[in-house]
Amino acid sequence: MAEWFQDNGLLLGLALLDGLSSAGLIFLVAVGLNLVFGVLRIVNVAHGSLYAIGAYSAASIGIFLAGLGLPAWASIPTLVLSAALVGAILGPLIERFILRRIYGGEEVVQLLVTFALFMILEDVQKLIWGVQPIHHDVALRALGTIDVPFGTDFIPFTNYQLFVLPTFAIVTLVGLALFLRRTLTGRVIVAVTTDREAATAMGIDAARIFLLTFTFGAMLAALGGALLSPTAALVPGIGAQTIVLSFAVVATAGLGQIEGAALTSLMMGLGRSIAVYFAPEFEVVVPYIIMVAVLLVRPQGLFGVIETRRV
Amino acid sequence: MTTLTRRETLAAGFGTVLLPATLSAQPVAKPAEFKIGVTTFLSGPASVFGVPSRRACEMLAEQINAAGGIAGVPIRPIFVDEGPGTDHLVGEIRRLVQSEGVHTIFQSISSGSCLACTPLSRELNKVMLLWDCGTQRIFEEARYDYAFRTQGYGTSEVLAPLLYLLKTKPNIRTLAVVNQDYAWGRDSWELWKTAMDALKPGVRVVAEMFPRFGSTDFSTEITRLLALRPDVIYSTSWGGELVTFIRQATERRLHERSTFVLPVAEASMQILGRSMPEGHIIGTRGDHWNNHPSPANPALFNGFVNAYRQKFNEYPIYPCHHMAQAVWALKAAVEKAVAAKNGAWPSDAELAAAFRGLTFPTPTSTITLREDGQGLEDQIVGLSSFNDRFPFAVPKDMMLFPGAQVSAPVGQKSTDWLKTLTPALIEQAGRPIG
Repeated sequence: MAEWFQDNGLLLGLALLDGLSSAGLIFLVAVGLNLVFGVLRIVNVAHGSLYAIGAYSAASIGIFLAGLGLPAWASIPTLVLSAALVGAILGPLIERFILRRIYGGEEVVQLLVTFALFMILEDVQKLIWGVQPIHHDVALRALGTIDVPFGTDFIPFTNYQLFVLPTFAIVTLVGLALFLRRTLTGRVIVAVTTDREAATAMGIDAARIFLLTFTFGAMLAALGGALLSPTAALVPGIGAQTIVLSFAVVATAGLGQIEGAALTSLMMGLGRSIAVYFAPEFEVVVPYIIMVAVLLVRPQGLFGVIETRRV
Repeated sequence: MTTLTRRETLAAGFGTVLLPATLSAQPVAKPAEFKIGVTTFLSGPASVFGVPSRRACEMLAEQINAAGGIAGVPIRPIFVDEGPGTDHLVGEIRRLVQSEGVHTIFQSISSGSCLACTPLSRELNKVMLLWDCGTQRIFEEARYDYAFRTQGYGTSEVLAPLLYLLKTKPNIRTLAVVNQDYAWGRDSWELWKTAMDALKPGVRVVAEMFPRFGSTDFSTEITRLLALRPDVIYSTSWGGELVTFIRQATERRLHERSTFVLPVAEASMQILGRSMPEGHIIGTRGDHWNNHPSPANPALFNGFVNAYRQKFNEYPIYPCHHMAQAVWALKAAVEKAVAAKNGAWPSDAELAAAFRGLTFPTPTSTITLREDGQGLEDQIVGLSSFNDRFPFAVPKDMMLFPGAQVSAPVGQKSTDWLKTLTPALIEQAGRPIG
């Protein structure tokens, strides 16, 4: 074992750096999905579309502002603002006109409705942005690279990948935890998550909380997409690819668990990057192996709470 | 229970044998329009190929119809989306023939679609032109009377860039592969590896990476490649994934440590723009580069490229050229079949017969459909470079590899034939153009 670490320790170090960055992006998307499920009790397949639209919008707004001569340093605030804009517009629209009609409905109906919405939004993306890859990487290039020592060699990493993505994930995690535990609105959300009926009976306006939570979840999905946009070419289908992994994170973490989503994202991000170095054939399946392993031992997820079935 | 007499049985037997032949000899009415069922990706990641190819098809149909149609008959393409998958596509092709009454079918982009749907040409007795899919298995594992591929295929599209690499960089010692994790990614690697082991034994493969199809992040793969420093990085990825991989790689200066070999990169050059590094090996699945230095028919070539560019505000990419090849092949075959019948309209069987051995002109060269149905298309490979004419990378130091030279002979499987190649081919193959 010690010999293995001696031979591969440096590679493992690189894998950890890659894994942290990957985990950051996974967390930002999955945490919104988890939050929405925790409060609304709806598995929102259209979360992937919000992610994709967040990415496309951030790229488009970035390209537009760059054309107006916006300085490069402003590109990262632009990503955040564009995500907030997407969430603030689409979140209330979807919650008010679609989801509100299916609360309390059968789960299969909820799945079908959000899946239909996902399909519609996929086509809307193609109508607006076409099918050719779109990219806008000012934020990535503006921050440059850093050379990480690797034995006698060095490995260039982008500062965006190494610092910005993990920082956003940590800020989101800490901010969300503080918001839910230290603010009145956050506590009300937790109350609705824990026992919707009791919270409503005590005078909490559940409809308002649902609207607020879904809008916030939509913003987080769009933020994940916006932060992806400087690093990736955007094409039709990116939402579908992301939503599958997000569901794996949510299931493994336990439904509605924020810290669980962070830990699971870290496990999956690190698992994937370590696989690329030492067993590339398993890269694709590592997140799902982790999910199956966790669910076999804890069917309610890592941080999930077993609920008493009410009859 | 009804029983047949011996005489009735004989009559039925003769009827079974003779009736189809008699029917096929019946005169066929000239159709009011020639319907073409076209399968292509209109949704999903491969719509980056499918939508431009549909545009090219519609544009050519307009041009052909404005000029009087094919043998006096206007053509009408009817498009079907490959996106929902092969089961859906099989049903759609049956519907196109049985309900829409299409006269021929152009299918498909995905090799999986082609493998699933080409056997329908037997069942439906309709001409099927494989206009873009590259799998070598179609005509190596079965024989089809009604199916033809109007372009090259995986074997020639992989072998030509390999020969170019070995001619221009004969001292390579290490190589890594980063391909999409699906049929084309795996098959194109098998073809490359088999040929490389035969042409230059001893090249060490230091990493084989097959990221999930649709990946949007290759940073881990790039870190590993930066650490390994292979002489060559081979990738047949396409679409958004190739664009993402190249952009993430160049940002981290991977192109300064290794040479990329990208056999299908042409379709991504316009999107990459100046992000594509210079001096890396790029291919276009054929010879139809927009900066082709000496096309066989410059007027036709420039006419097609300029018309597409004016109509859609972008240059045609290789699926557009492949679609055009199918249209031109159809035109040539119909005119040949009509001429053979002294102006009468051909049956499906007669039209299929006209395709066998057909040589049809393309703007850049000619393509011959071999006796097994496979098209022999020349391959042009070069190094990425920039000039004043194009706002994106185009090849320089181009070499042309004739289709027959880089295709497995009729009756041989590509993987078997590639094993028989010798290093002498490196010197013999290809010639500079430009």
